[in-house]
Amino acid sequence: MRAILIVAGRELRGYFATPVASVFIVIFLVLQGALTFNMGNFFDRGQADLVPFFSFVPWVFLLLIPAITMRLWAEERRLGTIELLLTLPITQGQAVIGKFLAAWAFCAIALALTFPFVIAVNILGQPDNGVIAAGYIGALLVAGAFLSIGAALSAATRNQVIAFVLAVAVCFVFAIASHPVISEFLAKNSPTIGAITRRVAVIDRFGNFTRGIIALRDLIFFATFIGFWLFLNTVLVDQRKAD
Amino acid sequence: MTTIPQQPARHEQPPLIEIEGLTKRFGAFTAVDDVSFSVKRGEVLGFLGPNGAGKSTTMRMLAGFMIPTSGSARIQGHDVQSDGVAARKVLGFLPEGAPTYPEMTVESFLAFCARIRGYRGSDMQDRVDYALHLTTLRGVRLQPVETLSKGFKRRVGLAQALLHDPPVLVLDEPTDGLDPNQKHEVRLLIERMAPNKAIVISTHILEEVDAVCSRAIVIARGRVVADATPAALAQRHPSGKLEDVFRSLTQEEAA
Repeated sequence: MRAILIVAGRELRGYFATPVASVFIVIFLVLQGALTFNMGNFFDRGQADLVPFFSFVPWVFLLLIPAITMRLWAEERRLGTIELLLTLPITQGQAVIGKFLAAWAFCAIALALTFPFVIAVNILGQPDNGVIAAGYIGALLVAGAFLSIGAALSAATRNQVIAFVLAVAVCFVFAIASHPVISEFLAKNSPTIGAITRRVAVIDRFGNFTRGIIALRDLIFFATFIGFWLFLNTVLVDQRKAD
Repeated sequence: MTTIPQQPARHEQPPLIEIEGLTKRFGAFTAVDDVSFSVKRGEVLGFLGPNGAGKSTTMRMLAGFMIPTSGSARIQGHDVQSDGVAARKVLGFLPEGAPTYPEMTVESFLAFCARIRGYRGSDMQDRVDYALHLTTLRGVRLQPVETLSKGFKRRVGLAQALLHDPPVLVLDEPTDGLDPNQKHEVRLLIERMAPNKAIVISTHILEEVDAVCSRAIVIARGRVVADATPAALAQRHPSGKLEDVFRSLTQEEAA
């Protein structure tokens, strides 16, 4: 555990030592703000909640999170530091989890910086802050799910552009797996796969959180989902570290 | 010509590095072909060979970074694949090109390595100071690594490998990119540490082998083509020059 935190700490400081952190956070906040106020009709709805805010979070993450994860392993390879990191006395699993936790903590910081929205709705009305808290937990879990996908794909290729495009594509598939267009198509052609895709739809799970429902099965879903991709990440690092 | 005082034979001690039948294939290309050797405490093994001969690949497998196609490597009795963490604990490894995290300062980078190796608090600071002192990096301790010259970067990599005073050192081209004074310093450093460690250095600077190594292995096209003391090796050519021996050994193989 200690090794994981040391790796994560170094990694997280690395974000803030480069413009990556400030660019990401600024763009995230600008996008969230613009979408919530303009497309989400934050004021015109006349309701004190963060529904418009949360409805855009997964889509903004879909675009921005692969930008964080694409460099996660590819950058270590480019610099050759992967050879240094993996010849220190830590397991590959510890390195994988440490890097993931750093990226996740970074997303948590970016999410935390959206606190003015919470203050705004509390000034304008009496929102259910429990629902808002559940929404934030859900958003963090969506970030974790997308990060775990992106991290694994970053370990699979040494090309950062490929890592980015693949991560956006795979995250998109999991995000919209339950969208009527897809589920109807699959229900007609392959009911078994249709049943599976409805269950792995990240957006549906997130929807429960934004309605204030923190269900155990959703938590288990996210834990399993992230665990699976981290496991895949470890295997990919092991197989491709020296390529 | 300087000679290294021979260590008394220590047959009772098992070798610190044991490599058996190490082979690495990339598709149809065999980068390392059935390489076996062992290194005892007190030995400084010079690993010689032309570029692309398989030096770095062998060292990467020894450090547990690359998975061998077949064969095994052990460091102080720990298999680098099945017992990797234990093996890497007693290993100081300088990867090819001395990679470091560019945005970190020298001191924070070394502190990171020390912490990963289990040192904390004042112990950790002692380790960092020790490494800074050994590699004369004190003056640049607060500079980000990316602002340093090539020679300094190499020494940061070296500092990281020496930090925990490991019994086994594997250094891939430790003097590459250093100026003659710095090269001399690194050689002195290796000589000073030699009696208590098993050291493997790869190089293509032949005078270095003469200067610091008690034994030299020449590798060409993935195979060991010579394994002897530098002096014995030099005598293999009428001229008595290591350079000529190197050329005849490795070009013969390439032909």
